[in-house]
Amino acid sequence: MAHEHKLEIFRGLWKFKSNTQKIWGVLAFLCVITAIEVVLGIWKPEGLLKSENAILGLKLLNWIFIILTLVKAYYIAWDFMHLRDEKASLRRAIVWTPIFLVAYLVLILLLEADYIYEIFKNGFVAWNF
Amino acid sequence: MDSTVATGSEDKVWGGGNKPLNASYGKLMMWFFLVSDALTFSGLLAAYGFSRFKFIETWPIADQVFTHIPFIHGNYPMIYVAFMTLILIISSVTMVLAVDAGHRMKKNAVIWYMFLTIIGGAIFVGSQAWEWATFIKGDYGAIETKGGRILQFVNSDTGQRAAIADFAVTIPSERINHERKNGVWFYEGEALPSFSLTEVVEGFKANPNIAIRTESIVQEGENEGEKTILTRSEALAKLKNAAQVVEGANLIHNEYGSRLFADFFFFITGFHGFHVTSGVVINLIIFFNVVLGTYEKRGHYEMVEKVGLYWHFVDLVWVFVFTFFYLV
Repeated sequence: MAHEHKLEIFRGLWKFKSNTQKIWGVLAFLCVITAIEVVLGIWKPEGLLKSENAILGLKLLNWIFIILTLVKAYYIAWDFMHLRDEKASLRRAIVWTPIFLVAYLVLILLLEADYIYEIFKNGFVAWNF
Repeated sequence: MDSTVATGSEDKVWGGGNKPLNASYGKLMMWFFLVSDALTFSGLLAAYGFSRFKFIETWPIADQVFTHIPFIHGNYPMIYVAFMTLILIISSVTMVLAVDAGHRMKKNAVIWYMFLTIIGGAIFVGSQAWEWATFIKGDYGAIETKGGRILQFVNSDTGQRAAIADFAVTIPSERINHERKNGVWFYEGEALPSFSLTEVVEGFKANPNIAIRTESIVQEGENEGEKTILTRSEALAKLKNAAQVVEGANLIHNEYGSRLFADFFFFITGFHGFHVTSGVVINLIIFFNVVLGTYEKRGHYEMVEKVGLYWHFVDLVWVFVFTFFYLV
């Protein structure tokens, strides 16, 4: 069993003396991110919701939420599930397989959904009766 | 032949006799399971995304659906689900601390941290049950049209939702709940809503300060991103197509809007809640093993590490469910 722990996060910007301290540090970081999400979710700044500021059909606020989620997922997997301490080969096998498959699935499904939406909107199908 | 016996195979990583991934069999299998489970959840969430993009102009706004806190009346979106997220993250932390204490062979610390983890999990499952109950019960009531669209009522001064109980008139009529015992034994009617359609429609006509909010989201202009509120004449025209009164949400009707929203909510949070429940049960088993000293005798606490992986995975999934159901 791997007992050695890598005791720094943010690429060495934040170093810890023990594994326990690192856990509390990561908890603090995750709580801050969740707090930012909740505040943005309640406040909903108008500029971030404008459709003219949208990127790839998704509002800026939603991009922020998704990116923050991925950041949280990274630290849960890397520090709580201690992928940081595993061999690179194991880590890559675990991480890249689902990322590739999910990215592909999401791309296909969302494109198809948008296509159906366009058909509903511009086609000759009455749906709002 | 003794010259060919390989004792150390430093140069052949996959030659056998060593651990190429430096992880035990059980841990690898746990990771395999987690990867496949992650794909299952991704499939569900991607299907949710599909339905949402398909009905992008009419999808319910989460802030208008999940607005409750136990024991407190009022409109508080996000607060309770943020609390649930926090609980799950903290129980994840106590789990890592248990794993860490296990590495250092501190039995009592493992026992305490596992205990706290189980308590956190139980609070989370309880919260989810409450969230479900609130969602199923509903609070304001709405009207479903013949096309399956939902018409909600709002107070035209404040823009807040108005409960049908507040404005519906009472018309004496004989509405009988059709049960098995007073009809054909295998046939049962749907439970009657608290008000009949006519009562709600007449109540709407009698109250000029009640407006109708439809499912469709305003696409441009000042109110962009908000649900459309109909003018009085449009509302009366829409009410001609009213089919029934809907209270709360289930798999077929949903007073909050698209029924697919309710279906996905039940399916995805239900599947996640099932994972949390089984995680609590597995944690309990390991907890008792720790108390009995099984791992102390075995010389290592790897089982705690393995259930820890599962528990963190449940937390990981919730992070995504939280984003896609409540934030985005």
